[in-house]
Amino acid sequence: MITGREGAPVVMLAHGFGCDQNMWRLVVPALAREFTVVLFDHVGAGRSDLSAWNPRRYATLDGYAEDVVEICTELAVGPVTFVGHSVSSMIGVLAAARRPELFARLVLLTPSPCYLEDGDYHGGFSAADIDELLASLESNYLGWSATMAPVIMGNPDRPELGEELTNSFCRTDPDIARSFARATFLSDNRADLGRVRVPTLVVECSNDAIAPTGVGAFVQASIPGSELVTLTATGHCPQLSAPEATAAAIVAFAGTGR
Amino acid sequence: MVCADSDDQIPFAALLEDSLEDLYDNAPCGYLSTLLDGQIAKINATLLGWLGYRREELVGRRRFADLLTVGGRIYHETHFAPLLRMQGEISGIALELKAADGTRLPVLVTSTVRTGGDGQPLLIRTTIFDARDRRAYETELLRARQESERERGRLQRLTTSLQRTLLPPVLPPVPGLEVAAHYHIASLDEVGGDFYDLFPLAAGTWGLFLGDVRGKGAAAAAVTSLVRYTLRAAAVYDPDPAAVLANLNTVLCTEYRDYEPRFCTVIFGLLTPDADAGGFTLALASGGHPPALLLRADGTVASLSTPGGQLIGVLPDARISTTRGRLAAGDTLLLYTDGLTEARTAGAGQRRYGDDALFDLAAGLAPTTAAATVDTLVGLLNGFGDGLDDDTAILALSVPAEGRRRPST
Repeated sequence: MITGREGAPVVMLAHGFGCDQNMWRLVVPALAREFTVVLFDHVGAGRSDLSAWNPRRYATLDGYAEDVVEICTELAVGPVTFVGHSVSSMIGVLAAARRPELFARLVLLTPSPCYLEDGDYHGGFSAADIDELLASLESNYLGWSATMAPVIMGNPDRPELGEELTNSFCRTDPDIARSFARATFLSDNRADLGRVRVPTLVVECSNDAIAPTGVGAFVQASIPGSELVTLTATGHCPQLSAPEATAAAIVAFAGTGR
Repeated sequence: MVCADSDDQIPFAALLEDSLEDLYDNAPCGYLSTLLDGQIAKINATLLGWLGYRREELVGRRRFADLLTVGGRIYHETHFAPLLRMQGEISGIALELKAADGTRLPVLVTSTVRTGGDGQPLLIRTTIFDARDRRAYETELLRARQESERERGRLQRLTTSLQRTLLPPVLPPVPGLEVAAHYHIASLDEVGGDFYDLFPLAAGTWGLFLGDVRGKGAAAAAVTSLVRYTLRAAAVYDPDPAAVLANLNTVLCTEYRDYEPRFCTVIFGLLTPDADAGGFTLALASGGHPPALLLRADGTVASLSTPGGQLIGVLPDARISTTRGRLAAGDTLLLYTDGLTEARTAGAGQRRYGDDALFDLAAGLAPTTAAATVDTLVGLLNGFGDGLDDDTAILALSVPAEGRRRPST
């Protein structure tokens, strides 16, 4: 979906693991005043075409990064400011490392290059924790069935069908959710951070249960010339818990004429 | 009216005299109020009892997410909290709480956001139900579902491999002939009953057949298998198409004499290279099968009808109808099963596609080649979408047109 000011610089918003582009609902109005705003759902999420998903391509974040490159190439609007939330921040890092010319700037919102504990690096989680998450996903998918899938996912032209189901924007096929959870939480992109050559802003929350304190600083220190902003906000989704501050940080960074 | 024992009963009013506070604290479910950032502001005695915490250990000091298992916390951050924020409420989410002594309590959580007069969210109210029994039941359901999904996968793999054994893996190269085929499987769960084959016979001649066993599934697959091997063996014995089908009819009638009759429609053809004129002469026999189409080099189309041919496997003396023709340079022979013509077309009325439409399509294609014909028909089949609910087999053979004939090997 494309909204906002025509002809203005382009800001592309990429949602993280869990829900879909609705996550940006509270910041889009503020961003749309300044920019052309591009919203999309990762394959397998929201109203994306489920048939485009395949287990091999999307087993790692590279498949998602290729999608971002494809979207940018197809839009052909020149370099964009890519705002990636959570796992999408690393998807943006991978895409920008691969095709720097497509990206004017990167905004990494509550990023974590590695969720697992590893020696001196404190990602916050153990492999057992991730298994627990997969179990948690599973027990909340009891209502899911193959017959419901087309109702929720298969009617891109008739979104009202999906909206009647509460919680629909955070639901997807359990197999896809499981695969995305694995790709997200078991990836280690620490080595990719140093390859970013695009002006980058790291935005972290003061109290984030998923990207613990210290991870934002690690990302900032690893990406040459990047900046770090810490929002006084709780949780992993500042675009929901602190939408004004989040939008302001994006506008301040993406609006600068560098 | 006064009941005799009314003096023994405590009046409702006295029963209900319990304070709201008592109602809250000792409700049969957990109550929790948090600030928007999840910080616990109020918690009832029931929930404290389940968790084994003292009130002062939690209120003002811990967040709701702190009470969850780590996996649950991730789920909370990535699903629960965003949904609650966007919808103002969320219900029946399965989570596990961690008690003070480390034990886990499966619960179902429902939350609503309380807003002030100006619509601004103020705090989150949460009710928590003990879901131990229910979770055990759900785990069993989940296990059963995973089992059934595994079994379905196994069945589909089995069906696919069985289907493969009933069709030639690749069609053999025939000197001076281009061949193409397509098989559309209507259901992943059941083996289809359509079949075809093309195989060498003595003295440079080739046998070919295409047909449709009535029914689906394992029983139909057994018949398909029998039909295929009977046709191939019979053709070696006597390649005359009418004789081949007569043989098949006898076999089917005898084999299933004491059971529910199993029958099929089938076209059998014999191709003989025409040394003088080039191309092939063609002898066809049909038992109740839709007519083959001949798409000629001059752009005309002929329906190679075989009127009066009867189903194979029903009557001991089934009438088998034959026809002869020539497959010259630039000609294409098309055989198909009725899955194609019986498909429902999109749009008003959901009419069947029909023989006439196929004839017109062929007329538009001619002159053509086997590959182009099959490509076009595959596109047509895909276009039917859900309207195509039967298996469909397509077999096309063409003699390369003059000037583009490949050297025969």
